[in-house]
Amino acid sequence: MSEEGFLTACAVPPPPGSEADQFPIRVRGLKNAFGEHVIHENLDLDVRRGEILGVVGGSGTGKSVLMRSIIGLQIPEAGEIEVLGSPITDARDDDDIDIRCRWGILFQGGALFSTLTVAENVEVPLREFYPEITDELRHEIARYKVLLSGLPAEATSKYPSELSGGMKKRAGLARALALDPELLFLDEPTAGLDPIGAAGFDQLIRSLQQTLGLTVFLITHDLDTLYEICDRVAVIADKRVIAVGTIPELIATDHPWIKAYFNGPRGRAAMAANERNGALGTAGDQA
Amino acid sequence: MLAALADFPHEAITMRASADFSTEQGAEGATTLVFSGPMTVSALGTLDHRLRALEGPFAAIDLSHATRIDTVGAWTAWSLSQRLGAPITGASPEAERLIAAIRAVDDNTAPVEAHRLPILLRVPDHVGQVMAGLGQGMLLVLGFLGQIVLASGVLLRHPGRFRLRALVHQMELMGVNALAIIGLMSFLVGIVIAQQGAVQLRQFGAEIYTVNLVGRLSLRELGILMTAIMVAGRSGSAFAAQLGTMKLTEEIDAMRTIGVSPIEALVIPRLLATMLMMPLLGTYSAVIGIIGGAALSALTLGIPFFTFLARIQEVVPVHDVWVGLIKGPVFGLIVATSGCFQGLQVKSDAEEVGTRTTAAVVMAIFMVIVLDAFFAVFFSEVGWG
Repeated sequence: MSEEGFLTACAVPPPPGSEADQFPIRVRGLKNAFGEHVIHENLDLDVRRGEILGVVGGSGTGKSVLMRSIIGLQIPEAGEIEVLGSPITDARDDDDIDIRCRWGILFQGGALFSTLTVAENVEVPLREFYPEITDELRHEIARYKVLLSGLPAEATSKYPSELSGGMKKRAGLARALALDPELLFLDEPTAGLDPIGAAGFDQLIRSLQQTLGLTVFLITHDLDTLYEICDRVAVIADKRVIAVGTIPELIATDHPWIKAYFNGPRGRAAMAANERNGALGTAGDQA
Repeated sequence: MLAALADFPHEAITMRASADFSTEQGAEGATTLVFSGPMTVSALGTLDHRLRALEGPFAAIDLSHATRIDTVGAWTAWSLSQRLGAPITGASPEAERLIAAIRAVDDNTAPVEAHRLPILLRVPDHVGQVMAGLGQGMLLVLGFLGQIVLASGVLLRHPGRFRLRALVHQMELMGVNALAIIGLMSFLVGIVIAQQGAVQLRQFGAEIYTVNLVGRLSLRELGILMTAIMVAGRSGSAFAAQLGTMKLTEEIDAMRTIGVSPIEALVIPRLLATMLMMPLLGTYSAVIGIIGGAALSALTLGIPFFTFLARIQEVVPVHDVWVGLIKGPVFGLIVATSGCFQGLQVKSDAEEVGTRTTAAVVMAIFMVIVLDAFFAVFFSEVGWG
């Protein structure tokens, strides 16, 4: 048995306490442009280990482009990106990014492989990175990941075209979690879900993040998600990250866009809802 | 039990630690299974294979020597403890948390397997489905043709709704843009026919009849047939893929809700463009084929280029041109209908777009060749032989 061969398939985690360990994602001086149209200029961002970082910004400010740059799908014009201690921007081609087994990505529409069942979708990354795993164990892993994502067991043998939008997102989440990643990227996870489904998805992300010790990079337009589960929020405007902090810290700044965002009718409603929930929570604790 | 373990020495612990296990004899003769190393998906290796071969009884499963753990490690330990009936001991708080999360979701139901027939029944089942599908397909094609006739009737009564721009655009895409490839192909086929024909006819000293061969074959059969095959491959497939993708992205549904009929807006312009362009392309192809034949004859048979062309006028009856021109729109109708029909049948996913596109091309070429045989018999019966 040659077991060393496959054990090197994936990058070694950085030593604890190092900078890469503290900040799994570091972006410095990022510039992205499509032709003449500059999306990002001199963008800096640090994501701390074990936090849920919400990323907000108006439509077209390049939230998804930022995510695509971090995961190596979009090659930036300038700047440096380091994920889990590995430089992404220096990678010459896809194979150079050897940390892909340590992150999981949920795309907006789920991006499930349409010709595979849900369970087979979850098995794809496992098969790709750890071919030595026995078939039985791989099936079992796929099954409990699907269950962990809040789907019923029957869903494992269904095809994506047979699932509703919310179920597709959960199935996409199961695939993103297939390799027990440290980093989770979520692109508008609650967009298109009904409020009850969205709240359930928020709770699912929160509980998975706590159970599995994930660092989460979360793009969202959903103010409830920001209030409910994000530890910090990064605001993209004027082609860069203009502020990062907790929501009270952001409200204290006087940037007009941030003010309009959090103090608009929706922002105030979400804040009020959050305060109500908070009050109920503490009352429950006392009782 | 111990013999089985002896087959697996601790070879896996190399530079990068991997998960492993050993057994320890307790005080009262009870055996404990002790995991060591990182119990993560990347370090598990073939451990699972060995664990499945294990048989108890074990007093406990000890995780206190496991350095790290993720859900895969937690699942491995937990499913093993379920199978062997041994409790898990020495779990770190992290391991406890992960095992609790897995215990919470696992409902112990048997895995849901996709329903599959036994292998002996699969072939007849498949044949039956294909046959039923064929019958169903016939009805659907008939319905589709009916829709086209209805939409044409509507357009005749409301000519203002006809999409001239779409028609011209499709004529450019499927007609003008195909000129280069069809020209090249016909030229080469003309050369081949002239060359092969001359070799055979030379045996009778009848090389001059190469002109008849090239002229009549190109105008009657080959020009239009080769064009139909090329258009089926170029445009029939494109129609199927375009409409299929539009179906998947719900564009066609969106059209319906706005009150635009997809048959009127998408199918009729494509159909009409193909029917108009096919006779033109077929004649063009025949002419280029004759030029190819003439070029070869001038080079190798000693028949001057313009003499060859002048002879064509004498030996090719004019009804050969009519035969080609009559077949054109019919073949065009077949190619465009099968492309649009298959495209609109797409329902589920990207793979279906592929199979439907293939079906569109195969169906079109098959129908064209079958119909060409009927035409040959028909025209010779009516005295256009």
